[in-house]
Amino acid sequence: MLVLNTVGKTYPNGVHALERFSADIGIGEIIAIIGGSGCGKSTLLRAIAGLDRATSGTVTLDGEAITAPHPKIGIIFQEPRLLPWLSVADNIGFGLSELPPALRREKVALALARVGLTEKASAWPRELSGGQAQRVAIARALVPQPEVLLLDEPFSALDAFTRRDLQDHLLDLWADTRPTLVLVTHDVDEAVVLADRVLVMRPRPGRLFEEIKINLARPRDRQSPLFDNFKRRVLTALDRSLDRSVPDADPKSTAGEAMWW
Amino acid sequence: MTVELPALERADLVESHTPNRLRRYARPALGLLLPVGIALVWELVVWLGLSNGRLVPPPTKIFATIMELARSGELARHITATLTRVVLGFGLGVIAGTVLGAVSGYWGVARRLLDPTVQALRAIPSIAWVPLFILWLGIFETSKIALIAVGVFFPVYLGVMGAILSVDRKIVEVGRTFRLSGPAMIRRILLPAVLPAYVVSLRVGLGLGWMFVVAAEFMGASEGLGYLLIDGQQLGKPAQILAAIVIFAILGKTTDWLIEIASAPLLRWQDAFSRPGGGA
Repeated sequence: MLVLNTVGKTYPNGVHALERFSADIGIGEIIAIIGGSGCGKSTLLRAIAGLDRATSGTVTLDGEAITAPHPKIGIIFQEPRLLPWLSVADNIGFGLSELPPALRREKVALALARVGLTEKASAWPRELSGGQAQRVAIARALVPQPEVLLLDEPFSALDAFTRRDLQDHLLDLWADTRPTLVLVTHDVDEAVVLADRVLVMRPRPGRLFEEIKINLARPRDRQSPLFDNFKRRVLTALDRSLDRSVPDADPKSTAGEAMWW
Repeated sequence: MTVELPALERADLVESHTPNRLRRYARPALGLLLPVGIALVWELVVWLGLSNGRLVPPPTKIFATIMELARSGELARHITATLTRVVLGFGLGVIAGTVLGAVSGYWGVARRLLDPTVQALRAIPSIAWVPLFILWLGIFETSKIALIAVGVFFPVYLGVMGAILSVDRKIVEVGRTFRLSGPAMIRRILLPAVLPAYVVSLRVGLGLGWMFVVAAEFMGASEGLGYLLIDGQQLGKPAQILAAIVIFAILGKTTDWLIEIASAPLLRWQDAFSRPGGGA
């Protein structure tokens, strides 16, 4: 159980990035955090990862406070961040250096097969496409079998087709060991396709605005009316979080409202 | 039909191999075209009597001088003397530059403490140290090696420090998420990340090492290639000067090439514009 208790972050330069964010995230749950830019999504994720320390509140995993990177928590960044001087296989095995070599090789081979890159095992990262590189990054984060996997806009740099492909692939991998996933995204489609719960945040300072449960069985059909319905709900919440007019309101009346004086 | 097929294939093979082989040998040969061409032209000019070749001796004369020096054992003695100085000076300069560069790159306090002084010292032309080094260390080997080491030190120091400072924060963060300890972070992230720039700084340092060995040998040496230069000037033997220059070129290129091939297996991962086989 991952518990975020009134997590807040004020940067040394005075920027108030995150205020009193609380959430209880169950084991194996998939959470999507969505919000406009500057609403503290990444700040929150970095606090959970232990890369940055929250200035107030606590992050606890199974009762243990997280103040530094933790072996049970893995993270995937927006960029693959592969080490260019290691082969694909060595990149995947990077977090397994304590294991005996034979066991490490075995685990790496398994992970390579699982992400469909067995034939790229000895390739250099520079020889991979963007989607392949991100798959290696996913394998690298998953191979130590974390209980919680954090994803910071992991597919935002990819083209639409590759993105969908990887979203399905991620769900597939998630089903193996069912870690808790916390995904930061700005893609409504991605949030609804993956998450059990979507947490909508609002900016300045970043805080929780609304929580939307996605009660849809997996695999989810992106074309179904129900899917569309959830998407619209998330979009509406997002719009309200940014103090924009709701999309189905009459644009004329709001324009008039703004000019009444 | 079936009989003809192998013949066709063979023709194909031959055709695809010839340009490859041509490219493999023709490319380096292209670089030789200019110097060899100039040498041949000058040889011809002297041979035809258009110039007496006294101040600019033709290639055959330079080659004869080198052979003569080699036969008498003089050449080996001079090369050994110079090479020893370069190796010792380069070694000391690299060690000092690497250690101090790493310390001030890795540790902010050390950088603020150390770097301004080192930068100020760097602004002094290294040759300006010569009189002081001679006073302090004597006219013999120590002062020469010190001068070379000073010349090598600065590019290595700057290269190491700059490389450490420019290591991608994002890659360091990957190390942090896998909870690497300080030494593991250095060994598994910083060292490999710094290596390409380090090799470049070693090569720059070596170039300066060769430059300063000449300066060092100008200030009173009884052996060494720099001594051959001075000796050739004082006794009016341009062929000997050119012979020493040619040997400097060969030695400099060879030692540089040694660094290059020693580091090549460690840098195969680089995604560089001019990777071997990457065209350009």
